[in-house]
Amino acid sequence: MNWLYDFTYLTQSIHESLSRNFEQGTVVLIEMILVGLAFMILFALLGLVLVYAERKVSAFFQQRLGPMRVGKWGTAQTLADVIKLLMKEPLINKNADKFLFNLAPYIIMITAFMTMAALPFAKGLQALDFDIGLLYISAVSSLGVVGILLAGWSSDNKYSLIGALRSGAQVISYELSVGLSLLTIVILTGSLQLSVIVESQANGWWIFKGHIPAVIAFIIFLIASTAETNRGPFDLAEAESELTAGFHTEYSGMKFAFFFLAEFANMFIVSALGATVFLGGWMPFHIGGWEVFNNIMDYIPPIFWFFGKVSFIIFLMMWFRWTFPRLRIDQLLTLEWKYLLPINLMNILVMAFLVLMGWYF
Amino acid sequence: MDAEALIIFFFCGVIMVGAGVLVSNLVAPRSKNDQKDEPYECGIPTQGPSMIQFKVGYYLFAILFLIFDVETIFIFPWAVVMKKVGIAAFIEIVIFFVVLGLGLMYAWKKKALKWE
Repeated sequence: MNWLYDFTYLTQSIHESLSRNFEQGTVVLIEMILVGLAFMILFALLGLVLVYAERKVSAFFQQRLGPMRVGKWGTAQTLADVIKLLMKEPLINKNADKFLFNLAPYIIMITAFMTMAALPFAKGLQALDFDIGLLYISAVSSLGVVGILLAGWSSDNKYSLIGALRSGAQVISYELSVGLSLLTIVILTGSLQLSVIVESQANGWWIFKGHIPAVIAFIIFLIASTAETNRGPFDLAEAESELTAGFHTEYSGMKFAFFFLAEFANMFIVSALGATVFLGGWMPFHIGGWEVFNNIMDYIPPIFWFFGKVSFIIFLMMWFRWTFPRLRIDQLLTLEWKYLLPINLMNILVMAFLVLMGWYF
Repeated sequence: MDAEALIIFFFCGVIMVGAGVLVSNLVAPRSKNDQKDEPYECGIPTQGPSMIQFKVGYYLFAILFLIFDVETIFIFPWAVVMKKVGIAAFIEIVIFFVVLGLGLMYAWKKKALKWE
């Protein structure tokens, strides 16, 4: 069971056994294919689990049962949906720009995959550990908006165009707040490398060690990342009652399914980022001096800690969706530019002052 | 693994979408109907072209974003070295934020942040 606590042994032994049997170039190729397969499987599983969780959670918030028919407690519902979507006729509008229309789902999925590459899942379980990890993630994840704008523009549908432009204005505005709230913690860590950020939280998570500025930064991060992934109450891009389905109104079948999957994958990515930077990533929960308690916490494998924290943030985001009514576009932009951005800048100054004085743990 | 390995994640996306669309194209039923080619808008024929020039308000925010995003890029390296440099870095970022805040105040007073 040792490999569950430190994945470096597992990856090392796979690498060694491959090196014994193949040449250098072949080994690299096989490892790349293995990593690719692992991420594709992870993606498919995330889609299956998160769509089911979203439907169940929203059902329970409305005192319904949600999907119950397919499989025990409706657990096979998402699988049935995938098969249904696979069998749907792919439609393209007659005036649509066919090349851009087909390109949009590719762009959205590629950015989701490339962002996920840098996430630290557990000790030694990280595909690419850049020394500029945080900058890389915020840079690549912002490319997704290009796919949304392409989808809305090429559909030749007024609803799609409005949805895409709203989404564009919203995503780029809230990206500022996501970046700045993460930078508040970077002042403390002194590094952008995600594995270093996680290691620096071995004796306590930054949300506890960083005092009030860290808590404010975490709240801003939650609001801004909910908006950045186009989820309710910031789902103006696909406001059903006004715009049918926003930027993906014209998409059907599997292409629609990929937009849907990418939305959930992005939700996972921002939650994982929040968990890594604020809640200690795969680090267990420790209280200074309580040796017995800390040992019990260490007994739970890091990967469960990581996915537990991520599920907690995802649950918070689902909770937001069913608690707050949808904002108007002017309220949305006011919230970002007149409230979150000035608060964020002040918060960074306060954090810098705390670091200067050494008033943190 | 090195940064070159990023290409594998690029291909992951291409393969996943490509395979999905391909399988869907193979198994999905087809039937020809003029109505299916119309844009999906409430069931009445759509009025005029849909790929049109759009409200300038969105682009104003895009320009504002561009300015502030470049500022964020400046803050990234500052945040990394803040702890090591100490008081000099703090004074510099205060000056930087005052200039930045003046810019935001200017946009605010010019009503660039107002949606109409």
